[in-house]
Formats: sequence, structure tokens, C-alpha cells
Amino acid sequence: MSLIFKKPGILTTVQDLGRTGSQSAGINPNGVMDAAAARLINAILGNDDSAAVLEMHFPAAEIEFDEGTVFALGGADLGAELDGRELRNWCSSFAKKGSVLKFAARRSGNRAYLGALGGFEIDKWLGSSSTNLAVGGGSFSGRRLIAGDRLDVSGSSEKIRELKIGPSIIPRYSRFPTVRIIAGCEFEFLTANSERMFLSEGFTFTRDCDRMGYRLSGTPLHLLHERQMVSSAVTFGTVQLLPDGQIIILMADHQTSGGYPRIANVVSADLPILAQCGPGDGVSFAMISVAEAELLAVEFENELNFLRVGCRLRNHDSDD
Amino acid sequence: MVDSPKIFPLGDNCLTIDFGNEISVELNTKAISLASHLDREPFPGFVEAVPAYSSVAVFYHLIEVRKNFPECDSAFDAVARIVRNSLAQPDQTRVAKNRLIEIPVDFSERTALDINVVAEFAEITPAQVIDRFVAKSYRVYMIGFLPGFAYMGEVDEIIAAPRRDTPRTKVPKGSVGIASRQTGIYPIESPGGWQIIGQTDVEMFDPNGDPPCRLRAGDEVRFVPR
Repeated sequence: MSLIFKKPGILTTVQDLGRTGSQSAGINPNGVMDAAAARLINAILGNDDSAAVLEMHFPAAEIEFDEGTVFALGGADLGAELDGRELRNWCSSFAKKGSVLKFAARRSGNRAYLGALGGFEIDKWLGSSSTNLAVGGGSFSGRRLIAGDRLDVSGSSEKIRELKIGPSIIPRYSRFPTVRIIAGCEFEFLTANSERMFLSEGFTFTRDCDRMGYRLSGTPLHLLHERQMVSSAVTFGTVQLLPDGQIIILMADHQTSGGYPRIANVVSADLPILAQCGPGDGVSFAMISVAEAELLAVEFENELNFLRVGCRLRNHDSDD
Repeated sequence: MVDSPKIFPLGDNCLTIDFGNEISVELNTKAISLASHLDREPFPGFVEAVPAYSSVAVFYHLIEVRKNFPECDSAFDAVARIVRNSLAQPDQTRVAKNRLIEIPVDFSERTALDINVVAEFAEITPAQVIDRFVAKSYRVYMIGFLPGFAYMGEVDEIIAAPRRDTPRTKVPKGSVGIASRQTGIYPIESPGGWQIIGQTDVEMFDPNGDPPCRLRAGDEVRFVPR
């Protein structure tokens, strides 16, 4: 059974939780921008935590189901309609053979996710099916989907009870969030005034916002003295200060190393919120400690585990 | 005798060990040794160790680390302690075989997008910039930034122009660039801030190759004008 792409959408890719172990070769992890959305969808479906999902931007894909398929949507609300009937995020749905899924309008967020019961049957490259657009590695030889593509689903085509999850675990998406950060390696090189501005002023997302990184615009920040750095590691969420005083936040398709001062890192718990922001939105930053950041991650993990157990029980009930 | 390296968080599931902000064979060797030591003896929750010029990034699964080291206040503290222990162990110097690799480069005006900037910086002619550039060979210190992008050094101080103030959104594949005393080749088209002085048509990265990268840390590279 397959999803057939009648229309591919502007940037639709297959992603999982990322490709690790190859950063020494300069190969970055890629993976979903919004890991919370992907993991929640997989929990609803009873899939493996790291099962691959579709990541879509608006305009999104138009998808026909060639067999009965159980699937779930999450992340951005792109106005999903199954055969003309509105679908909500964060619940499982059943598509009959021949059903068509369309996305009518972008209502909130920038990236929507679709997972299917049992996951997708796709190639892996270096241990992951995430799409590396830059070098053509991973699913569909590392390319975005095009019209006519078929994505095979591993699960059964039997209808199961539809499940939805409560709002407490769903990320608190916002167009103007305050995201939490940990001080970066070069934070101490900011002037006192720039430190204060960085932590108190708002920054706007420019048009240069994509899976590689988000360029922000705001009051320029300054270093105590000019600093040429030898290149060192960066990661998803690293906030770099460019020489013109503006900042950039590295996202899922980030480079593995860089030479601009790393003034902060967005904590992993808030990356999903950032992942749903886009041009015209705004952000401000609040600094917390590493230990606090870890506790946020632990809290989400505990809630997710709880949800996974609950969903498994419910899904199992419906088999009887 | 040895300064203890700086250890700091890079987000909440990675930390960096910094041996010093400089390009030196000694610090680079330390970074590569530590990374390979962690690769050989991974701790519970270890994901990967990525060596750079003079630092190592250690990626870990914070939930796993916290489970395995409940006595530590945080996963960061636990991994920092493990790293300090690794550093305290006697050096296990790896004997890396240095290969000498020649890379043909087209330094014509069409490809050398920033040659005039570099010439102005150096206060010499563009031709003299290229003469100085090809006069020596370069050590590959690390692969990073992009798949197969080799960071090489050290560029002659006279032509060591700093990065552009605003990075280009598209640097052509194969471009050879300078960033202060570093040089490198863009294996694919990419955004980038290095001063571009030429272009090669050698494939630096092949996703299906084994290994996928043309160069590896420790190689010596000589650029040959074409």
C-alpha cells in the first residue's frame, strides 16, 4: 500500500529523528525540524519513536491513498481535508482506498507532519532515512518529493479506533515565542550592552528562514573586541553572531561546524516551537541553565512515555 | 604544565572541549586523539565525538546519560567528568599516514570571485596572491561545515584575508576559499562566507563512495594551477 503524490507540495521530504555518527565527515544529522510533532504522531500510531514521517510546507502535497490507511497529522495546521472533510491534527484518521488528502490553507505554523501506521518502507543512508537535500542522500536519493512519487506504507490496511491526544503535551506553538537558551561558548565576548539587548529585545525572522537556518533581524549586537575564530562545532539550535551584528539560528540542515561566535544555543525542548516559526514572526530569548534545560527534556520524555503506553493500550483494545 | 581545556555546553545534548582557539598541529592531534578514544570506549548514552581544529564536540543522549549516572547533577556534568577522565589517561597517539594529494584548480577571473578583495587586503596583485597560495602544501585539520569540506592550513599570513562580512547565499561547487589562515574547498554549492579565489572540478564528496570524502584529517594537499 502506498501514498501517491498527485501534487508534491513546495517542499515535502521524508525525515526521521536524524542521522548520527557521520558528523566527523561533515555529514549533518538532518531529520525533522519539529521532533515533538514527529514523535507525538508516532506515539499516536503506536509506531517506533524514530519512524520516518513526511514533513510538508505550504503549499503542501495532494496525496491519494491506494489502500485503506491509518495515518496521523501534527505540527502546523495547513487546513487538512480528507475527501473534503476537515481533519484535525494530533489524532489518527482512516483513509479509505482512493481517498484524497489535501491541504487548503496555512492557518498556523510552517511545517506539517504526516505519519502512517507501521511507518514507511524507504531506503536508509548511513543509518537514517532522513533526506539530505545538499548531497542527495537518504530517502528518494535525497530529494524532495515530486508528482507521481509513491511512498510505500508498511502497516496493515485495517481500520483501527481513532485516537487523539490531550493538549497538555502538544507544544505551545506561537508566532512570537520566547524561547529558552543556554549561554553559548562565546556569549561572554558580547559587550554588556549587547548581552542585555540580546536577552531583552525582540528579533524578527527575515525571509532567509529555511531548514538550514533562520536569519533574524534586530538591533545589531557587538563583541568586546573583534574575534577571528578557528572553526569548531555547531549544532541544531546554535545561535551565531554574524560580523554585521545580526544573528542566525542554525536549524535541522545546519552545517556541522562554523567560525562565527556561538552566543547561545536554543534548548532542545524549545526547538519544536522555533521549527514552526517563519518569515515575519518574532522571537525573544530567555536564558536558563543546562540543568534546567535537561529537566525540560526529561519532562517531555516522561510525558511522551506515558502517552506511548496509553496509546498502545488503546490501540491494542481496538484489535480485540 | 598543560592548561586544562575549557569544557562548555553546546546545547543540552552536546558539550565541547576546547584546547585553545588556534590552528596548531599539536592541538589538532589532541582533539583527534580524544575523539578516537571516546569512539573506542563509548560511555552509555554516547552518540558521537566530532573533532575540529583544536576542539572536540561530544554528542550524547541526555536521557540515557542521566539514567546511567544518577549521582551527577546533570548529563552535562556526567559527560564532562568522563571527558576529564579520558584526558587524564596516557596519550594514545595515533599514527596517521599522511597522504599527499594534488588538487588541480582553475584560478581564472571567472571562478576567483574574491581575488580582488584578497589582493587588496594583501596589497599585492591577484597573480601574486595565487603564487603565494600555491607555493606551499596544506594540512587537512578537520572535515566539517559541509559533507567532505576539508579545513586546511595554514595560509600565508600576507594573503590571509578574513571572511566576508555578509556570507554569500550561494557559493559554487568546487570553489576554493580563504578564511584568515584557513583554506578549503566547497564540495557542493552552499551558502558560505569564505573569500573565493578559484575552483576545482575534482569531486570532493560522493555520497555513495566508500569513504564518501576525498580527503581526511591528516592529509597534505597541494593546489596545482590548471
